[in-house]
Amino acid sequence: MRAAVIVFPGSNCDRDLVVALRKTGAQVCTIWHKEKDIPTNLDLIAIPGGFSFGDYLRCGAIAARSPICKAVFQHANRGGYVLGVCNGFQILIEMGLVPGALIRNSGLKFLCRTVYLKVETQDSAFTANFSKFEKIQIPIAHHDGNYFITDDQLKVLRGEDRVAFSYQENLNGSIDGIAGVLSPNRRVLGMMPHPERAMSLTTGSSDGQALFRALVGLTGAA
Amino acid sequence: MKATVTIMFKNGVLDPQGEAVKSALVGLGFFDVKGVRQGKIIELELAEGADQNQVDKMCQQLLVNSVIESYTVEIL
Repeated sequence: MRAAVIVFPGSNCDRDLVVALRKTGAQVCTIWHKEKDIPTNLDLIAIPGGFSFGDYLRCGAIAARSPICKAVFQHANRGGYVLGVCNGFQILIEMGLVPGALIRNSGLKFLCRTVYLKVETQDSAFTANFSKFEKIQIPIAHHDGNYFITDDQLKVLRGEDRVAFSYQENLNGSIDGIAGVLSPNRRVLGMMPHPERAMSLTTGSSDGQALFRALVGLTGAA
Repeated sequence: MKATVTIMFKNGVLDPQGEAVKSALVGLGFFDVKGVRQGKIIELELAEGADQNQVDKMCQQLLVNSVIESYTVEIL
């Protein structure tokens, strides 16, 4: 597995993603958002959490128009894997790679705690190592994680089994408690919770390991 | 020339900030307040000859998220 983590001004989970991917056996590089090209033969592009461009205009809106995003878009269109976590999810939404929108949490508070998620589908490279409806513990840390989607789009998402994770307890007002969604080809995952922060029991949970192990296992350790 | 873009949440999209402002106003005794919606205004300074068409493109490509927001443009 050859992976790249994109770094924007204001990214703050980029190192955590690099560490999580390396720990699972991937070969990882980081790419500054001003670059126009990505290395050839990349299997995965990961977009980290943080506050890219200070969350100006809308969370992820300006990052989604960065020079590197054209290459990310092409990688996704070629069938490459893309993982966006937290602000990375907001960026993927602004790029149009996954549907919906993320707005201010319904309680208006920044939420930072470990929560229980329900794995909604096993049918993706990201969730294959979980069992369906497994209850996992993953931290959240966001202010704008309230997932919005129109009724019509929600029917499509549910009909195609593209909700990857939902919150056991809906803390932020997300429609259907949705915490993570897949692209139509199931190779792009955007999720608000941070699996890269759940890699060791020392820091609370190791449930994130299964996600990275499943991904890296696809192509083998580099 | 100048243009003003007013961006609001679409009807049906929860506006948590508007709700918070509403409850604060009611808390101050303004019981006539039945609803608050909070949006944003973007002022653009444009070269002469720019037209509404160009501002619409800016809205579609960056300024507005059409999933949740609607907008109006006023050219001054």
